Amino acid sequence: MADKPTFREEIAGVLHASTGNPLDVCMQCGTCSATCPVASGGFMDNSPRRIIAMINAGLKERVLKSNTYWYCASCYHCTVRCPRGIDIAELMYGLKRYTVWHAKTQEGMIGPVFSETFVKMIVRTGRSYEPVLATSYLFTLGVPEMIQEAQTATSLMLKGRLPLLPARIKRLDNFKKVLKRIIPLGDPDE
Amino acid sequence: MKKYAYFPGCSLEKMAQSYHHSSIETMRKLDVELEELEDWNCCGATAYFHVDELLAYTLCARNLAQAEKQKLDVVAPCSGCYKNMFSTRAHLQHEPALADHINYALEADNLKFTGSSAVRHLIEVFVQDIGLDAVKAKVTQPLKGLRVAPYYGCQILRPRKADEDVEQAHYFEDLMAAIGATPVDFELKLRCCGGALIITNRKAALSLVRNLLDNAAKVGSQVIATACPLCQVNLECYQKLVNQEFGTNFNMPVLYFTQLIGLAFGLPPKQLGIGTELVSAESVVCLARSKPS
Ligand code: SF4
Ligand code: SF4
Repeated sequence: MADKPTFREEIAGVLHASTGNPLDVCMQCGTCSATCPVASGGFMDNSPRRIIAMINAGLKERVLKSNTYWYCASCYHCTVRCPRGIDIAELMYGLKRYTVWHAKTQEGMIGPVFSETFVKMIVRTGRSYEPVLATSYLFTLGVPEMIQEAQTATSLMLKGRLPLLPARIKRLDNFKKVLKRIIPLGDPDE
Repeated sequence: MKKYAYFPGCSLEKMAQSYHHSSIETMRKLDVELEELEDWNCCGATAYFHVDELLAYTLCARNLAQAEKQKLDVVAPCSGCYKNMFSTRAHLQHEPALADHINYALEADNLKFTGSSAVRHLIEVFVQDIGLDAVKAKVTQPLKGLRVAPYYGCQILRPRKADEDVEQAHYFEDLMAAIGATPVDFELKLRCCGGALIITNRKAALSLVRNLLDNAAKVGSQVIATACPLCQVNLECYQKLVNQEFGTNFNMPVLYFTQLIGLAFGLPPKQLGIGTELVSAESVVCLARSKPS
């Protein structure tokens, strides 16, 4: 009865809000991988098609080690082309959430740090502020990337295109109350 | 006078101020008022959906409920904000139980989501709500001879499927033709700019940007027109890094479509935020001015 759900079932659960078809209708045609600009550029260790095959085969550890979903740009090109109506982009979101909630994100990956920093910022102020200056994840970059980032940030600043302080919304207290009714946030002011 | 609740989104506050100003100015010329959405909050970008869907929907629902309170449809100039609000509305309309749950939370801010306000992208307002003829009628300086690459990117069109063939879009070209410019055949117009990968996977994003610049340059574009702040920043502000990384020599101005429309309407470049680019758009401005009708 209370059997532990299989990895396939867990992923199906993560996708409950998606309007796409379940992953087991995938016919492994490879349209998604051929469409994906990141996979075809050679930047993903497993293509979207392979990730789906791996999930269907229950290869949990390998899926969790893959960079595929953190390197997904959410362009939805695969989704609109899949002949079986699978919402692949939504699956990538689902896998990100799965690894965040299970604390299974990989070392050295910027994506999860960035997402968490961003979320904290919004919970605190109601608005985001240009990520280029959010130092907490700048330190996760390598040195050359950090210098590049600083170059771009400086040029933008000279043109008056970077804000110095984050903006806040006016009804911030109410906003925090709204979020608290959805999820326990701890002390919102810490 | 037509009126919309205007959702600038976080980028337009600073990084994309030129998009903000050019949107307001061109809309004013067309007798459309953009009333800023009262006390709007961030749409959640992509990051929020990576962490928690329910919170992400709640953020968007708060903005939608606020627009309903103002009794206006909401318009977003950023494709990311647009997609988040558009899909949240569609999703909550299909799942009343979820909408109830979120409304319980919104009650704490005296708001309620019902779905009565539609969500529009700014470019749809130009093309569909105002219409190309009305746009054409305001043109005083047609951008004759300007070869524009109309760059749709992703989220204006995708992931919607039901109501249109998202791979066959042609309205951006039509809009550019309406202001006298020559839209080029930009093969990669629907391909991704890398989005937030510019932060999270620099190499991958730069290579996508390079492909786009390369394609635009090959077909003889003099400027790329965008309808999204993230696309604009990736294509323009990171162009120098693309050149460093790949030994290329791109020098392609990237302007918001509203800036081009503004030039064609005869508005002063400064009012349209032109002059804050990292890749100079001077060539475009000169061309726009040299051919008064
Ligand atoms: S396009 Fe759809 S059916 Fe084809 S491999 Fe990808 S997910 Fe499977
Ligand atoms: S949504 Fe992600 S997986 Fe799909 S094509 Fe775009 S980058 Fe690739």
